[in-house]
Amino acid sequence: MEIRSHDILLVGGGGAGLRAAIAAAEINPKLSIAVVSKVYPMRSHTVSAEGGAAGVAKPDDSLDEHAYDTISGGDWMCDQDAVEAFVKEAPQELLRLERWGCPWNREPDGHVAVRAFGGMKKKRTWFAADKTGFHMLHTLFQTSMKYQPIIRYDEWFVTKLLVDDGRVQGVVAIDVMSGKIQAITAKAVIVCTGGCGRIFPFTTNANIKNGDGMALVQRAGGPLKDMEFLQYHPTGLPFTGILITEAARAEGGYMLNKDGYRYLQDYNLGKPQPTPVLRSMELGPRDRLSQAFVKEDQKGRTIQTEYGSVVHLDLRHLGEKLINAKLPFVRELCMKYENIDPVKQMIPVRPVVHYMMGGVSTDISGATPLRGLFAAGEAACVSINGANRLGSNSLTECLVFGARAGRAAAEFASGEKVPNAGVLAQATDEQHRLVHQYLQKSGGKERIATLREEMQKAVESGAGIYREQSTLTQAKNKLHELQERYINIKLDDHSQTFNTELTSALELGFMLDVAQSIVECALHRAESRGAHQRTDFPERDDQRFLAHSLVRRNSDGDMQVEYLPVKITRWPPGERVYGQEEKPVGVTKQAG
Amino acid sequence: MADKIVLEIARYAPEKDEKPSFQSFEVPFRKEWVVLDALNHIKDKMDGSLTYRWSCRMGVCGSCGMMVNGEPKLTCATFLSSYGNGAKVRVEPLRYFPVIRDLVTALSDFLVKLQSVKPWLIRHDDVPLSAGEYLQTPEQLDLYKQFSMCINCTLCYAACPVVGLEPTFVGPAALALAQRYNMDNRDQGAEERLGLLAHPEGIWGCTFVGECTRVCPKHVDPAGAIQQYKLKAALEWVKGFILPRGHEDAGKEVRP
Repeated sequence: MEIRSHDILLVGGGGAGLRAAIAAAEINPKLSIAVVSKVYPMRSHTVSAEGGAAGVAKPDDSLDEHAYDTISGGDWMCDQDAVEAFVKEAPQELLRLERWGCPWNREPDGHVAVRAFGGMKKKRTWFAADKTGFHMLHTLFQTSMKYQPIIRYDEWFVTKLLVDDGRVQGVVAIDVMSGKIQAITAKAVIVCTGGCGRIFPFTTNANIKNGDGMALVQRAGGPLKDMEFLQYHPTGLPFTGILITEAARAEGGYMLNKDGYRYLQDYNLGKPQPTPVLRSMELGPRDRLSQAFVKEDQKGRTIQTEYGSVVHLDLRHLGEKLINAKLPFVRELCMKYENIDPVKQMIPVRPVVHYMMGGVSTDISGATPLRGLFAAGEAACVSINGANRLGSNSLTECLVFGARAGRAAAEFASGEKVPNAGVLAQATDEQHRLVHQYLQKSGGKERIATLREEMQKAVESGAGIYREQSTLTQAKNKLHELQERYINIKLDDHSQTFNTELTSALELGFMLDVAQSIVECALHRAESRGAHQRTDFPERDDQRFLAHSLVRRNSDGDMQVEYLPVKITRWPPGERVYGQEEKPVGVTKQAG
Repeated sequence: MADKIVLEIARYAPEKDEKPSFQSFEVPFRKEWVVLDALNHIKDKMDGSLTYRWSCRMGVCGSCGMMVNGEPKLTCATFLSSYGNGAKVRVEPLRYFPVIRDLVTALSDFLVKLQSVKPWLIRHDDVPLSAGEYLQTPEQLDLYKQFSMCINCTLCYAACPVVGLEPTFVGPAALALAQRYNMDNRDQGAEERLGLLAHPEGIWGCTFVGECTRVCPKHVDPAGAIQQYKLKAALEWVKGFILPRGHEDAGKEVRP
């Protein structure tokens, strides 16, 4: 088997991966840095992010307010030391992106403009119209091209992390174009593979979002953290699941039920005003808005369509000029995919699986409990998002923690020995596994698409916006059955060249593992908090569950869940209050 | 034929085929389906070996460009209904690119061209981050915004007859990207890029057919970008005669 070697290896080339690669290259230009991505980096799912990236920018705002919004938005499940580092470094990371050419929207005087966002008390979301992720990704990708130490492996699919002597020392990957299976060793590996939304049937996530990195790390012995916290975004287009950005509400859009009534006023989110009020009504947090939809649906006040119940997002009163200037992509997507012009018509929307708050457990420098292994972005759980992420914190998270992981990995790699020979035997074993279980496999009867659809149905009905013991147990049993049937999959494609059936099969394997982790953590958490709502345990229970879930799996696929305390620094657990005056915040000391 | 549509798909597996051939698949005709949904239906239910790229299904990742009835299209943004119930629709890999397999083309050459235009902000000074952002008014942003919308889908290469005749031509998307940075008031690299691109395989290769602009799904207008660029280059060339000693500073002046 051919072996290649680098100092640092990135799995994934989206926002977090590219930021990490650049950070590592800047800290030590002598390092050899490999970006291994299953797609060309500019195809990464960061490209689909729309609304913006949060970071304190204006004199009326403060780091403490950003921290408090994030922590209360996360229902006190965020590690507050991580949040403090995050809000502090956010503005300089966004500024750095400006220096690299990101076309941020501007004030008339030339300074960067910011907009309101859900759950945020101040305007602090930097935006590039409603294509912020697209512009950030392309800016990072184009900028990465000027760094000589960054070597790209475009369309290489990672199948395994190589671990020896307790240290991660590289990966096995398939060069999709040629089908060659190769070991790529490295002194440090950073997992930046993004989320896992494709486990669910109705998602904003791109086809490539299969939880690859989460499964790879768990198989290598690392824990995943807080996997029960999955975000449903309240405004997805029916059928396609295409996201209509929260910015549409931040600019003043209304959520209306079938009677044209702004129903969020019935769910403890404040009173309707003609113009947007921060942390109120349509600018409440995503978990609460998606839950309100379910309740409204149960009351029979939604609109029934062939693609499920919907409510309306009404932008008509904003006018064509504002929509074209601030929300052009919303208009483009509605016209293209729904044949609706939001200038004149209301947009049908429903909650849609959007973001995984959980992920590979890391510390605040991006390091995982496995030596030599780092993670950042949606694939990781630092954790700054807690039980519910605020809109526009995730793009910034890719930058802040991508950069931190890149720097930490560079430091680690600079002082580390070359990989052991032991990992090469593992790589050969992995090559045999891929050839025998997939490429040369004959017989089998289970179609990939069938298993995938059954998995999606099982997790949606078992672990959706509201869950309970019985639905979760059903999902758990079904996933166990699907894992057994997966062994018997049927592949039509046995060729070496660009075998996307092989990669789909491997992705399904990743998704099944991650789905089991989601369900297992959700079963264990007998309380309701943020995006995790148990109908059989409707209250938050800080006595038992102010703690992160850590889920591991052994080689038989059995899972263990244990708990890790949440780090509280200056904001003791309190009530989440939206749409009304809050009690004074328990801040003990002013920072930065 | 009720609620059916036939996709005639170019198939090519280099390990066994000498040349591409067409295979027909009959798929349901659904009003909400795009061509990509029909391809996924085939891959999921009929033939798992069908090979193509896709990811976001919302017209922004740029992966799923193909020739549909001879036109370069993003298949996630091309509805079956635009061809009609019972129609036959031809799906082929993007023209002028080497084919790897079925509908997948080789992109490595395009990436080299993209990188060759130095698509990053070039500065000759070193302003510390603490000095804050470079100022840019909304009007200055508007000057290059359109050229920054390229999703690298490469439809414009498949539409460009010059790319077909002269594979070394840098091509529409890469030249538009160069102009995106040239027109950005924060950039100081216009002169450097002009040196790279004022040759027959760069801007002078374009014969202004305008097909690139016509097929662009994001209205980037590469043809317009290249014409702008040619005009600046010509002015620089003329200036080289009139103001020979001022020429070193030309880069600063090519930006409006």
